[in-house]
Order: sequence, then structure tokens, then C-alpha cells
Amino acid sequence: MSPEHPIDTDMHRRRRGKNLAVLAVLLFLVALIYVVAMVRMSGGALP
Amino acid sequence: MTDATLNTALTGDTATVWDATVRDYVALLKPRVMSLVVFSGLAGLVVAPGHLHPVLAAVAVLCIAVAAGAAGAINMWYDRDIDALMERTRNRPIVRGRVNPDEALSFGIVLSIGAVLLMGLAVNWVAAGLLALANGFYVFIYTMWLKRRTPQNIVIGGAAGAFPPMIGWAAVTGDVSLGSIVLFALIFFWTPPHFWALALFRSGDYQKAGVPMLPVVAGAEETKRQMLVYTLLLLPLALAPVALGIGGPVYLLTAALLGALFVLCALRVLRSRDDKPAKQMFGFSILYLFLLFAVLIGEHLAV
Repeated sequence: MSPEHPIDTDMHRRRRGKNLAVLAVLLFLVALIYVVAMVRMSGGALP
Repeated sequence: MTDATLNTALTGDTATVWDATVRDYVALLKPRVMSLVVFSGLAGLVVAPGHLHPVLAAVAVLCIAVAAGAAGAINMWYDRDIDALMERTRNRPIVRGRVNPDEALSFGIVLSIGAVLLMGLAVNWVAAGLLALANGFYVFIYTMWLKRRTPQNIVIGGAAGAFPPMIGWAAVTGDVSLGSIVLFALIFFWTPPHFWALALFRSGDYQKAGVPMLPVVAGAEETKRQMLVYTLLLLPLALAPVALGIGGPVYLLTAALLGALFVLCALRVLRSRDDKPAKQMFGFSILYLFLLFAVLIGEHLAV
């Protein structure tokens, strides 16, 4: 294994940023679909 | 193996290192264009007769925004060759080598399909169908077919950008009616003078890229005359929402005043030999549409 190269850490930082963004989008989608399901099942009775 | 060497191995291009950040993916969505699209979609949603649960209304606006951004990403994928030649577009993420073109295409397709499906499942399938139609129109009719073939590219292709208020309206009512057609027509007739104002002071760019925009093909004078014709057509058309009960007295005054100013802008462009009036008209055209829809929204929320 070669010692850590600056380009690797930079690359990993960017990859980590992208992974966190994907995680945030997925969590948002889960919450959104849950709320939409609740609203639709309540027939608009929910505030 | 690092990402860089892996990318190099996959593309066979030693100079290519795709080091996209989240910001590059956001840039693929053309956020500035998206903002006006979202705003006009919101206007359609607010002025439509009926009621939509606020959560579903927010989902509808989100779907319009994401689909518009996705269409922008596919457009950047398809146009990457000419984007590299134009000053205005040379800093786009694919041209700069930040995002792999295939990834940009996949990103656009996944977001497009996701937005349409979410709209259909959460709101209604009429709005979803219109959203799919708008995206398909922008990608296939405008980007792939018309843009490089005819100077009427943005006249016909402008329909793609005119869909958002109709989609917002359909999200509430589940149909397409005269009111939503008028809002569609408003953006449709606004698009040519807006884009031709830009094309006038960027005609060198378009010429270099071989895009047959009207100033390149028919010349500046003919473009300026046609811009004036469209602003004159837009003047009475912008008043139509009042006749249909969508707009009130404040809208009537605003539309008449802004419409007259838009015609004045076109006249200044027609009489001028330099680029400054065209630049000012381009800026004013954005303000024009933004203010018209802002007043429509404001009037409905104030009632």
C-alpha cells in the first residue's frame, strides 16, 4: 500500500460530500413519501 | 486504484479526471432557469380554481423544479460540443471536465422519471403527463431537433418553458382549461423576445457554435422587428387573465404598464445600433414575467 497521496484525500473528501448528499436526498425522500401517504390516506383531513 | 486512475482507465483519456462535487451536480440543474420555472409553476398552482393540500402543493412545485433541472442536465449532455464553443456556456460542468457526460445523462433521466412518477403518485396523473410532455418537448423537440436546425428553434421550443403554470394548474384541478392555456400562451409569446434579446448580444457565440439563431440567420434588423411584433402581441394577451377572472385590478394595471415598457424596450432595441438596449431588454424581460406572476400570486393570496 502506498502512503496517502494528497489527490487521494481530496478525492475522498469529494466522494464523502457526494455520499452525504445522496444520504440526505434519500432521507428526504423517505420522509416526503411518508408525509404524502399520510395526507392522501387522510383524504386531506390532516392539517 | 484511485478514482482518477479508474476514470482514466474507463475512458481511455489520460487528460480526463472526473472530479465532480455536489456543486457541479447542482449546476447541471441550471438553478437560475429553474427559479423562474418554479415561480411560474407556483403561480399556476395558486391561481387555479380549487384547493390542494399544502403538502401536495409543495410536492407539485418540487416535481416541477426537479423535472426542469433534469431536462437542463440532459440538455447539457447533448449540447456539450457546442457549449464548449460559446462564452456563455463554456464553464458548464461537463465542458470543464468536472462531470462525466454519461453520468450527467443518467442523472437527468433518473431525476426526470422520478419527478414524473412522484407527481403522478402524490398529486395526479394529468399534471404528471404534462410534466413528462414538457420534459420530452424540451429534450427531444427543442434540444435534439429544432435548436441546431431552424431559427424558429426558440419560438416552437419555447412551448417547453410555457408548460409550468399549466402543470401547476393541473395539479389543483386535474385538467387543462382556458385559464391554464392563457398562462401557457403568456410565456410562449414572451419567450421569443426574451431569447432574441440575448441572441442579439451573443450572436457571435451562436455563430461560432453553428446554432441558427434568428440574428445569425436573418440578421439583427429582422430579429429586432420580430421582437417588436411579439411584444405587441403580448400586450393584449397579458391582459387576458383579467377577462377570465384570474387577474384583478392590480394585475390589470401591472400588466398594462409592464407590457407598454416591454414594447418600449423593443422599440429602443429596434432603433439602436449597439448591444446595450438588447442587454437591458433581456434583463427587463425576466423582471416582466417575474412581476406578472408575482402580482397574480399576490392578488390571490390577499383575497
